[in-house]
Amino acid sequence: MAAPVLRGCCLGRCWALACIDSGSRHGRGAATGFTSSGKRGQSFVAQQPLLTAQKSRKGEHKWAAVVGLEIHAQIVSNSKLFSGSQVHFAAPPNSLVSFFDASLPGTLPVLNRRCVEAAVMTGLALNCHINKKSLFDRKHYFYADLPAGYQITQQRLPIAVNGSLAYSVCVGKKWRQVITKTVRIKQIQLEQDSGKSLHDELRSQTLIDLNRAEGQLRVDANISVHHPGEPLGVRTEVKNLNSARFLARAIDYEIQRQINELENGCEILNETRSFDYRLGCTVPMRDKEGKQDYRFMPEPNLPPLLLYDTASLPAGADPQQVINIDRIREQLPELPSETREKLIQQYGILPEHSFALLNEVGLLEFFQNVIKETRAEPKKVTSWVLNIFLGFLKQRNLAVNESPVTPSVLAELLNLLDRKVISSAAAKQVFEELWRSKGKTPSQIVSERKLELMQDEEALERVCHAVMEGHPQVVMDMKRGNPRAINKLIGLVRKVTHNRADPMVIKEILEKQLLS
Amino acid sequence: MWARAVLLGYRSWMGWHRGFTSKTDPQGSGRVTAEVIEHLERLALVDFGSQEAVARLEKAIAFADRLRAVDTDGVEPMESVLEDRCLYLRSDNVVEGNCVEELLQNAHRVVEEYFVAPPGNISLPKQDEQQPFSHN
Repeated sequence: MAAPVLRGCCLGRCWALACIDSGSRHGRGAATGFTSSGKRGQSFVAQQPLLTAQKSRKGEHKWAAVVGLEIHAQIVSNSKLFSGSQVHFAAPPNSLVSFFDASLPGTLPVLNRRCVEAAVMTGLALNCHINKKSLFDRKHYFYADLPAGYQITQQRLPIAVNGSLAYSVCVGKKWRQVITKTVRIKQIQLEQDSGKSLHDELRSQTLIDLNRAEGQLRVDANISVHHPGEPLGVRTEVKNLNSARFLARAIDYEIQRQINELENGCEILNETRSFDYRLGCTVPMRDKEGKQDYRFMPEPNLPPLLLYDTASLPAGADPQQVINIDRIREQLPELPSETREKLIQQYGILPEHSFALLNEVGLLEFFQNVIKETRAEPKKVTSWVLNIFLGFLKQRNLAVNESPVTPSVLAELLNLLDRKVISSAAAKQVFEELWRSKGKTPSQIVSERKLELMQDEEALERVCHAVMEGHPQVVMDMKRGNPRAINKLIGLVRKVTHNRADPMVIKEILEKQLLS
Repeated sequence: MWARAVLLGYRSWMGWHRGFTSKTDPQGSGRVTAEVIEHLERLALVDFGSQEAVARLEKAIAFADRLRAVDTDGVEPMESVLEDRCLYLRSDNVVEGNCVEELLQNAHRVVEEYFVAPPGNISLPKQDEQQPFSHN
C-alpha cells in the first residue's frame, strides 16, 4: 500500500448519471492528494457536485451519490521530500535510499524547498487559498513498505485549501454536447510515499524496495450514496485504479452496488475495496480489516511550515530559507483557463472547442500556425482542426507531432476552400490524399484530380436544367415538397459535373429553376 | 520506560479521540477499559500482557492528569515545542543514497537487494484466542 506524496481531495463527477445537482461536501476528514515520487508527494482533495441517479427498479426514492477523489501526484524534483536521495524511476532496488528513507534510528526529515514551491504553485494554479502556516503530522499504520510505521503527511493544516478546477464534459446523445463543470478542491497536502512491495506468492514473502518513485499519478475514489436531504451515507474507498476509464467504471459500479445493497436492507461497510478489471466490479481488500485508526499526531521533528508574501517577508531574511507566494505566483505559466479565454475572445470559438484544443498535446500550436497562414475564418479553421484533422489523428492513433500534414499545408488547403476554388467535399478528398502521399501540395492534387469547382455558372445552369428534364418524376416529388427529391437531383448534377460543382450552389440553381 | 512512551503517544492520540476519554475515566476512576487496551494493542503492536501493566498505565495517566491543575484559560495551546523554530529548507540536490550494501547489512533476509518481509499483513489473533489475563 503506497502512501501518496501529494494528496488532494477531489469530489469527482459520475459520468453515467443524468441529473446533476449542486455540489455538496463529502463528509470525510482526510485529504486526498497527489503523491510525489520518492519521498515527496502532493495530494489534493477535490469535491464533486452531487449526482442524482434515478432508481430503476423500486423507483420511489431518488438516490444521490457523493464521490471524492484522492489524487496522488509525484512532484518533479531531483531529490526526495525529506531526504537528499535521488528521485529516479527504474533504478536498482534500494539504490536511491538514504538512512532516513530506510527509517534507521537517529535520522530526521529535512524538508525539500523545491517540493514546497511545487505545492504552492499547484495550489495557486488550482485557485486554492495558500495557508501561510501549515503543519506536518504522522499517520500511523503497519506495513512492510513503511519501515517507520508511520507516514509524514499534512492532515490537520495542509499547505493549500478550498480550490477549484474547471473542466469540460461530453454529455447527451453520442456525447455531442459539451458542458463546462467545476470541481472543488478540498485541500492539497505534501506527504511521503511508501516503498514498493513485490508479492511473491510462491515463497510466501514480500520483497521491499524503498526507492519510491513509482506511479506518477494515482487515484483512489471514495464513494457513498444517500437520499437527498438525509445525512451522507457510509463511504467505501476504492483503490487500485489505473486509468480515467476504469475510474469511471469503478465508480459507476460501486454506486450501483451500494444502492442495491441498501435497497435490499443491507448495510454498507466502511471498507477499502479494490477494482477487479477483468470482472468490472469492486471487491473488498483482504488486508484492510475494518476502519483504520491512524492515530494522527503532530510530527515532532518538523516545526510549522511558514510561507510569506511580499508584504510579510521579513527584512534581511535569507532568500534560501523563505518562500514568497507572490514570487511563485509571478512565475506561474499561463494557465489553461487563461489560454482558453484568450482563444474565445480572439477567435470567437466556443468554450467547449477551447477545451478540445488544449486537451491534445501540440494541437493548440498546430491550430495557431494554421491561423497564421490562412485567410479562412477562425471558425472554419477550428472546425477543420477539431473534426477532420483530429479525427484522422485519432483513427490512426497518432500524436499531433506525428501528423503527415503540416500546418502550412492545411492552411493552403483552407485557402483554396476559402477562395471557392474547390468545394468542401473536394477539400476533404484532397485532405485524404495529403495524408497518404507526402510531398504533394494541395494545389497539385486539385489540378491532378481535376477537382476545381466549375466557374461557369451558365454551364451549370444548363446541366441542372438538363437533369430536371431527364427526371420529371423526381421533379414532381420535389414540387410536392419531398425533401429527399432535391437531394437526388443534386446528386445527379454532381455526377454529371464530376463533383466539380458546389452542392449548395446546385441547390440554389435547382430551386430557382423550379420556381420559374 | 515503555510506559512513558506509550503514555506520550496515548496522550496525543487521546486528544484526537476525545470520545474515548469518557470510557477510560467515566467518573474519575482512572480505569482503562479492556476495550481500549485491546484497541491499543492492535494499533501499536504492544503487549500489555498483565494486569500490572495496565495498572501502571493507569497510574501514569493519573500522574499526567495533574497537568489539569494548571489554569490554561485564554492560553493558546502550542502545536509542538518546536513551533517557534525555523523550519529549515533544503536545496533540491542529490547528496545521499547509493548505499544499498550498508542498508542491507542489518536485514534479516535479503533477495537480490530487496528486503524480505512476510506476505501482506498478518492479522493479530482475535481477543478470545489471546492469552487471557484477568482484568476487572
